[in-house]
Amino acid sequence: MGVPAEFEMPGQTGARARAMPRTAERLRHSALVRVTHWLTALSFLALLVTGVEILISHPRFYWGETGNVNMHPLFTLHIPSSRDTVPTGYGYVLPDQNGWSRYLHFEAAWLAVLTGFVYLAFGFFNGHFRRNLIPARSQLSPKALARAIAGHLRFKRPGEEEAWSYNTLQRLTYLLVIFVLFPLIIWTGLAMSPAFEGAFPWAVIALGGRQSARTLHFFVSALLVLFLFVHIFMVWFAGFRRRMRAMITGRPGGDTTRSAAILAALKERP
Amino acid sequence: MSTISRRRLITTGLATAAGVTGLGVAAKLARRYGLIPPDSGVLYGAGETLTYAAHRTVTRHSMAREFSPSEISKDPFANEVAPLGPEFQRLQQGAFSDWRLTVDGMAARPASFSLAELSSFPRSTQITFIACEEGWSYIAEWSGVPLSHILDRVGALPQVRYVVYRSFQPDWWESIDMVDALHPQTLLTLGMNGGELPVGFGGPLRLRVPRQLGYKSVKYITRLTLTDSLKGLGKGLGSASPEGGYAWYAGI
Repeated sequence: MGVPAEFEMPGQTGARARAMPRTAERLRHSALVRVTHWLTALSFLALLVTGVEILISHPRFYWGETGNVNMHPLFTLHIPSSRDTVPTGYGYVLPDQNGWSRYLHFEAAWLAVLTGFVYLAFGFFNGHFRRNLIPARSQLSPKALARAIAGHLRFKRPGEEEAWSYNTLQRLTYLLVIFVLFPLIIWTGLAMSPAFEGAFPWAVIALGGRQSARTLHFFVSALLVLFLFVHIFMVWFAGFRRRMRAMITGRPGGDTTRSAAILAALKERP
Repeated sequence: MSTISRRRLITTGLATAAGVTGLGVAAKLARRYGLIPPDSGVLYGAGETLTYAAHRTVTRHSMAREFSPSEISKDPFANEVAPLGPEFQRLQQGAFSDWRLTVDGMAARPASFSLAELSSFPRSTQITFIACEEGWSYIAEWSGVPLSHILDRVGALPQVRYVVYRSFQPDWWESIDMVDALHPQTLLTLGMNGGELPVGFGGPLRLRVPRQLGYKSVKYITRLTLTDSLKGLGKGLGSASPEGGYAWYAGI
């Protein structure tokens, strides 16, 4: 049995690392996972702030190809707007920050997408997804899933083994974010680009039109924000300092003898 | 350890050298093939440059999506415009018979056209959407003279790289590259939904650039200038939009 990626040694990957005796310190997260994680976090934060800025210039949503203040909205967010052409019911207009927000939104989108490509290539190439994210079949049995969900609902603190490996719900959530929500947010975002729509009209038609794409972009970003909150809560719940240290330096630290014992036990596990 | 660090030093050095050379070559090629927007140097210009370069590589010849007559919006929104002033009112009262479109710059035959002259030129009609950067949009039928026809007529010189267009409203001036200027759907628009182009929607003359956001479709067009460089105009960022904080290229 090979050494799982989470036991990767610093500066070594793949077959060479496996062939080496396990004397060097193991890393919880490989350098590539850590770097792409923080680049994604940075770009997501920028996308979120600027996305809200852009949103408040027209906090109304439509379904179909078109929508404007003369048309019936699908729904309206009851918040003030940064443009006086939008009827909000508020007697004031917020400052308009769309210019730099749009510039930064698209720059951050490039950073997120390019980082995503590097991460995907790495994940497929060196088995990160297979080893660390795809749950074992036994973990997906209804009984095992029910137990995992019940444990989460009872707010059971994660054990030491979870400092070295993701639990089932965590794996499923990360897979959902990486392979469903991120592709969807990129697709619905691109579908709002007039030049992109000209080149790939089917990509807009499949979403139900440009305004539908905008509405879906809003819902998917809401799901990503929900993920962000739960993610941060879980990091805090599992032990903020150790989890942060693991994602920054690769080393969770803490009780190293206990860690070593659990790692040895994990390795014995079939 | 020392052998590893030496090997690492050499590979890192080679990779850096290759990277720097690669970037230099890429920048030179990008400039040569017109993949660098005029506002590439602003704070967030890197992302904008990637977008523009990607679009000019992938969507150069694509057509804006056209819709069926039944999809024309029954409730288009004109957006608000600053007061147009007494001079515009005078022109409007004269049914815009004194409205002129001046075409100057790098042209063999600079010219000035009345609306009647423009109306006599070959006309093109399209049903396309216009979308504001704020998020709203509508679909309309637009008819007018393809900008490429005007460029032919005035004898645009081969070195022209941008068309600068100015509005009756002096704060509005924009520019597009030749990919969009020569695009068959880029229209000097005179009509909307079967009638004349209403003043609220940019009448008597609006430049429609359907593959970009609405702020590139400037209303009340009075002047076109053909140029090979945008450096000397305003702050040299290409148009009024980047000076106001908005991207010059609005294809997103």
